[in-house]
Amino acid sequence: MTVTEPKPRYKYVGTRPVRHDGLEKVTGRARFAADLNLPGQLHGIVVRSPHAHARITSIDTSEAEAMPGVKAVITSEDFPAVAPGHRQYDMCVNVIARDKVFYEGHALAAVAASTRDQAQAAAAAVKVEYEVLPAVLTIDQALAPDAPVLHAHMMTAGANPPAEEASNISNITRFSSGTDMDAGFAEADLVMEREFTTRPVHQGYIEPHACVADTGQDGHTTIWCSSQGHFNVRSSTATLLGWENTRIRVIPAEIGGGFGGKTTIYLEPLAVALSAKAGRPVKMVMTRDEVFRATGPAPGTKLRIKLGAQSDGNLVAGDAYLIYTNGAYAGPGGLLGAMTVFESYNIPHFDIEALDVVINTARSAAYRAPAAPLTAYAMETLLDEVAEELGIDAMELRLKNAVTEGEPSTMGFPFARIGFVECLEAVRDHPHFSAPLGPNQGRGLAAGYWFNIGESSSATVNLNEDGTATVVTGSPDIGGSRASMALMAAEELGIDPMDIRPVVGDTEAVGFTDITEGSRATFATGMAVVEACRKMVVELRGRAAKMMGVDVDDVDWVDGQAVYTGSDSDKDPLSVADICAKAKRTGGPLTATGSLEAHGAGPGFAVHLCDVEVDPETGVVRVVRYTASQDAGTAIHPSYVEGQIQGGVAQGVGWALNEEYIYDSDGVMENPSFLDYRVPVASDLPMIDAIIVEVPNPAHPYGVRGVGETGIVPPIPAVANAIYDATGCRIRDLPMSPIRVLEAITANGGSNGS
Amino acid sequence: MLSAMKYASPTTVAEAVDLLGSEPDARVYAGATDLIPQIRAGRPEPNVMVDLKRIERLCAISSSGSTYTVGAATPTADICAHDGLAAAFPGLVEASGLIGSDQIQSRSSWGGNLANASPAADTPPSLIVNDARAVIAGPGGERTVAAADVATGPGTTSLGPGELIVEFELDEPPARTADAYLRLIPRTEMDIAVVGVAARVTLDGDGKVAAAAIALGAVAPTVVRVPDAEAALIGNEPAGDALAAVEAAASAATNPIDDKRGTVAYRRQVAGVLARRAVSIAAERARERGGQS
Repeated sequence: MTVTEPKPRYKYVGTRPVRHDGLEKVTGRARFAADLNLPGQLHGIVVRSPHAHARITSIDTSEAEAMPGVKAVITSEDFPAVAPGHRQYDMCVNVIARDKVFYEGHALAAVAASTRDQAQAAAAAVKVEYEVLPAVLTIDQALAPDAPVLHAHMMTAGANPPAEEASNISNITRFSSGTDMDAGFAEADLVMEREFTTRPVHQGYIEPHACVADTGQDGHTTIWCSSQGHFNVRSSTATLLGWENTRIRVIPAEIGGGFGGKTTIYLEPLAVALSAKAGRPVKMVMTRDEVFRATGPAPGTKLRIKLGAQSDGNLVAGDAYLIYTNGAYAGPGGLLGAMTVFESYNIPHFDIEALDVVINTARSAAYRAPAAPLTAYAMETLLDEVAEELGIDAMELRLKNAVTEGEPSTMGFPFARIGFVECLEAVRDHPHFSAPLGPNQGRGLAAGYWFNIGESSSATVNLNEDGTATVVTGSPDIGGSRASMALMAAEELGIDPMDIRPVVGDTEAVGFTDITEGSRATFATGMAVVEACRKMVVELRGRAAKMMGVDVDDVDWVDGQAVYTGSDSDKDPLSVADICAKAKRTGGPLTATGSLEAHGAGPGFAVHLCDVEVDPETGVVRVVRYTASQDAGTAIHPSYVEGQIQGGVAQGVGWALNEEYIYDSDGVMENPSFLDYRVPVASDLPMIDAIIVEVPNPAHPYGVRGVGETGIVPPIPAVANAIYDATGCRIRDLPMSPIRVLEAITANGGSNGS
Repeated sequence: MLSAMKYASPTTVAEAVDLLGSEPDARVYAGATDLIPQIRAGRPEPNVMVDLKRIERLCAISSSGSTYTVGAATPTADICAHDGLAAAFPGLVEASGLIGSDQIQSRSSWGGNLANASPAADTPPSLIVNDARAVIAGPGGERTVAAADVATGPGTTSLGPGELIVEFELDEPPARTADAYLRLIPRTEMDIAVVGVAARVTLDGDGKVAAAAIALGAVAPTVVRVPDAEAALIGNEPAGDALAAVEAAASAATNPIDDKRGTVAYRRQVAGVLARRAVSIAAERARERGGQS
């Protein structure tokens, strides 16, 4: 189902051709990083800390080096020294620990050997002596007055007055309306305050991190790897090694899921260093266990929100105190939480304070709209409580307070054209909204916001001799962006999208391009493609004018053809193929590039409606119906927009119901497998009805807004509100697993709320 | 890992027993759906992996008179597709169909599920309520024991050195008898039981319980029978107070642990709930079967 504003009619944009990389993927031919094997390649294994917090007193690699098949062993000594204050200090010491290990699974050495078994045996023979330190495992422990301080150099940024002693608080963020909060709450007829806790979760990509590095005697290396940004892999690897970027070529492999978790690096510098030391290619592939212990969790939180509303539902004041833990190093969780918590609603008096806290768990990585699902969990469930208390319909309360064009965001800028109200209305008008519920079922509504980003992108369009085109970009395709690039190029050039080959170029094949993150690929890299195509059209008109022997100003580009518009009317139009066929005689190859810093990423809004059925005797929650609307601006390829919405819902439902890191008292992860870290399986979810709302983003030539992330923001509160509707229980502690739901029902007297 | 191992595929039980006798670190397997993950997780490697699937007797389903014989290595996919077993032991067949995924089903077996001795295994409670017997071969010949007597604790069994389970024997249930199996997992599939409950009920002509068996999985080191619940049912209709007594007795019979998959309190409470529900389902099936017998 699509809700459409009047918009320009496009020939290709908005159609649903089969994606160019689809057949390769469904037939298993697509090559992921772990599929590559080079002649003479060695296998690299990482030595990891068994302790959550310890000082490394010595590392003895002599026994490992002497073992059969071992060609190289490295430690932090094999990399240039870095010290606190270095701009990528955290990344560097996360990839390979110096002096201290900060979480169980922290890499501290690596071994390369002829076989994986030999490398594993040698890794086990690396002798590490530790002085074990008390581990800080929770936010409360990190903030306790006598807490062990993880980083002696960590002076809280943003503290007022400035921090004088090191602590476990890396950063404090404050956003405020600058108004009198007491007066604001005094205007309210109802003030409600609630606290929430959540635990770290993993992005759960299917493909473990993997790379192959081949370093030559000339001191140059080639890396094949799975990442969301190979230019970032290049620069981060260069930083760790102290190399120039030109010595590193990164070739992007297909990526088996990233969701933000592959926006940073773990293995590549180790593989390069091992390869350089051994003089052979080195392949490194993480196990699932390593992926869970050493990569990417999204932050755990403690959140407190206070809302003041007038009796007609008008929100007047909001106070948020948000604590995020980013694992062992500084991170942006609290900042991003602060940027999203009140952003969807007009709240004249607001005060947001957010803390980022370090603990002895793996360093957090981005996860799909980082931090926003958790602030939405708190805000959108509290809004439901406010609505109930005031006797106002939850949908009406949101419609009444929703931000619209021209209104200021809590970040201070006025919103451009946005589609929040349209998303609310799309759900309100959907049959699901008024469908009857069965026994033990409940329905939950929730909204979500994500700002999306622009950043740098580059694209090259090459027209081929036969009139087909190759579009090369630097954006790894993690959600169907290749199809989007081909459709936009097809629209600009006027050729069939299947005659366009969209390619993700390596770091030496295309201009600098930032990571595929922030839902930016189709927006920003799409803008670069459009820019390149428009330059190409100028060139094509010039070539056509030469062929026709007319002035270029008398040649227009219409529907993929050069059309003569001058007074002499007997010139036949020339197609791209016609012009390409004569390119050698009109000026040579037809190539155009677009490179830009994209601005004006349109914020994304989503509104979700979830029905659950709760077994009141076991606490098991099943999602039985789900409808999700989202403003895509313009859906370039609607199937992949729907796919993004559905994928966000699936991950959000998992986060809501079952996903959590479980640690023992020493900080050792207890559930590092997909058996006990429970992402949803297909049968856990109903068909998710995705409603694409199209309110074009004025900053993009086709009106695109990023769609990759917003879909994961509303599911947690939508599920929580549905569970409340079914059981009468408010659960403010994630995940809402059968155990917690049954505890809540039991504590509530076993009653059934509706 | 999995590097220096030898592979053997005997075609007779005697050959398999000889191999186990001559190679002290040999391990038998059917689907290896537990063994391979255990080795990958760091358990010591056997020096010989003895594949039992080439032994015809271990993969055969037959019935003679009133007894079914099911080879210990028979894939559970074959068991689920067997009309006779599905009609006679619907709960046991349901439990068999819950193990892992479709892919796992083509390899998993009753013998492996029982001999692996995980307290959370799905089929042992159902084998036990149906009074299944395990035929065990070893250096001293063959012996037959109750399936209930095989597992002795998490990962430990009563199998002696050189012994392996050859097949299971199950007697055709009497009239007005049926079983059921329920398990609690947080997901809908691809998971391990937090609690599993098998129940078998025989009704008399008046719809009262003449015989009952209830067995709980994942709530104690081994499968637990619940004699108090069984006694509460005998002579009563499987409803009301009798079911409440089943629930209370099942909860009381548990001896669970707190771990990453569940808490003591949760397992105790849910064991009772599932026991009551499993008895109800088994009784309903028994009622339906009454007319047919």
